[in-house]
Amino acid sequence: MGRNVLVTGVSRGLAAQHARVLALHPDVTKVVGVDVVPPRQGIDGVKFIRADIRSPVVGKVLAVEDVDTVVHLAVAPSSTAGSRTSTKESNVIGSMQLLAACQHSATVRKLVLKSSTSVYGASPRDPAMFSEGMGPTRSPRSGFAKDCVEVEGYVRGFARRRPDVHVTNLRLANVLSPVWDTPMSSYLRLPVLPTVLGFDPRLQVVHPEDVLESLLRAVVHDVPGTFNVAGPGVLVLSQVLRRLGRLAVPVPAFTLSRGGSTILAALRANVPGDLVQLLMHGRGVDITALTEVFGHRPRHTSAATVDAFLLGLPPGSVADSRVRAAQARLTEDRSHREKVDSHG
Amino acid sequence: MGDAEIIPLGVRGEPGRGSRRSTPSAAARSLAPPVSSHQQGPVRAGATPQAADAEQPGTSDASATPRGIPMEDLLHALAAAAGQFFGEEWEAKAAELMAFARRRLAGSYEVDDFGFDAELTSRFLMSALRPIAQSWFRVDVRGIENIPDQGGALVVSNHSGTIPVDGLMTMLAVHDHAGRHLRPLGADLIFALPVLSELARRSGATLGCSQDAERLLAGGELVGVWPEGFKGIGKAYSERYKLQRFGRGGFVAAAMRTGVPIVPCSIVGAEEIYPLIGNIPSLARLLGVPYIPITPFFPLLGPLGLIPLPSKWLIEFGEPIRTDAYGAGAADDPMLVFNVTDQVRETIQQALYELLERRGRAFF
Repeated sequence: MGRNVLVTGVSRGLAAQHARVLALHPDVTKVVGVDVVPPRQGIDGVKFIRADIRSPVVGKVLAVEDVDTVVHLAVAPSSTAGSRTSTKESNVIGSMQLLAACQHSATVRKLVLKSSTSVYGASPRDPAMFSEGMGPTRSPRSGFAKDCVEVEGYVRGFARRRPDVHVTNLRLANVLSPVWDTPMSSYLRLPVLPTVLGFDPRLQVVHPEDVLESLLRAVVHDVPGTFNVAGPGVLVLSQVLRRLGRLAVPVPAFTLSRGGSTILAALRANVPGDLVQLLMHGRGVDITALTEVFGHRPRHTSAATVDAFLLGLPPGSVADSRVRAAQARLTEDRSHREKVDSHG
Repeated sequence: MGDAEIIPLGVRGEPGRGSRRSTPSAAARSLAPPVSSHQQGPVRAGATPQAADAEQPGTSDASATPRGIPMEDLLHALAAAAGQFFGEEWEAKAAELMAFARRRLAGSYEVDDFGFDAELTSRFLMSALRPIAQSWFRVDVRGIENIPDQGGALVVSNHSGTIPVDGLMTMLAVHDHAGRHLRPLGADLIFALPVLSELARRSGATLGCSQDAERLLAGGELVGVWPEGFKGIGKAYSERYKLQRFGRGGFVAAAMRTGVPIVPCSIVGAEEIYPLIGNIPSLARLLGVPYIPITPFFPLLGPLGLIPLPSKWLIEFGEPIRTDAYGAGAADDPMLVFNVTDQVRETIQQALYELLERRGRAFF
């Protein structure tokens, strides 16, 4: 069965890569990419339409292109380019317009939403692992997490009004990619990482390959429902930093609040606002439904994802390789000196 | 301090200069040839013979021995010390320790989904607690055979002592005698506090909520709960060994849902470590903690008051109460849950009375 797929937010790394994968898939007839800016590199086999999903134009695109599957990947954290206000506008209003268009479309049969596990929030009252049925202990009150909560709410409303449409909601854990611009990746790329003093949160990350595979599976197979997408196992932040060989600078929690963050920003060591709660309390998600109901067994554990991420980075200041090198140098130095001593 | 001894600086071996005394100062005297001082025998009452012995080789044999630190001797001494410290296979142990340090530094260790770091817990936390348990509290552990060798089980215990030392001691008892890790369920306050939250997760604790309890029990872990919570741990000394309300019975429901046995655990001794005689409720409210303890020694003696009193401890694990015989919907029957909760509570209370009688005096 041929599918006509619409991918939103296609200028971003993940969406562009997903569109590329879809275009190569035999079951997919046509891939239409929509965004306000064109992707940095052209995508073979993908028809790019420059359109703002915040405008009703997207409804026309659905009709003209005879779209039956909508992959909504435009909900994204604020990048360096856009301010928070415009990001929220694009995330929430864009999703509302898109869903409104989908509701009126006669052709749309499936909606795939990329959400985030940040909808579960992060607080000391959290259970160790969140499964899909649980709500947040403390609802996210700002940022990308709140956008995701709101968008998920609209998508639930849409699913209620259009029960004939398969809705798959993928809650992605923090994606760790050497190339894509995700909050966790850019945080871990900082030369010196501010951490919260006295807290060592559990982190769960997901490999880009697993994200792409689950998105593809959601498009090609009919698996409605909400699923956490994350690598099996968790790591604690200090462990991640050790593996990456990065220096951590523990700062008291209050400096990461709104007032204190300006100081850190002045030192060019800002923690993305979306991550502060996560860096204190951490989060784990249950992926039983992903493997058993959705049918995707993640190929990369969280630890393997971190190790893969490490390969794409320059070695950190206290990386294992550097430590070993320094140790070798030291011992060499000493043996050399001892040799000189014995000769002299 | 008018007659404080003035040590002359830079006298270049000329005794007495600048001391304005008839006798040279101690520093100046020590610069004089040692032979005379040695022959005089004990110069002062304060000078110990060891000090005199130590002075001698340094001054008289200085020219005879080769200069520099005798490397070989030092190494031998180190090896002997290591042998003393680690036992016979010290070399293997030291190598293992190095490997451990390297593994930690490289981050190549594992934590489970709850953030539990088994290696660190066994190696450091338990080793740190062991001397306290053995020498300070002289913990006697009884009924360890009631802890199943494998599979999930729920250890339910009384709670006391102002600071949850009883939890740590139970963890150690289970670790050392049953060879398993007890996974404690803690209050959310622990996970909101810096340092403590990190330590708690590392040592296997997680939040006391039904989701976590059931996840751990279903995973075949040994879970520890103290259902009295802050009511138990923060009760006045006059209320000692009187069990408080056992929460809302959530632990029984969790055990029923997963079909694991409940092991009642009674701890005698923890009540006396910090006898709580008062509380500062206003300050506690301000700080957002359940109570600010006042003990006979805290805050009167400051940090010294934080040293727990050396009471004699008894930890007894009672006969397991099976829950797998109940039907599938048992956990959703509040009456049944309350009954089992009461049964567990009564068992622990009875055991406490027996243990108290057996222990006799609280201290020595």
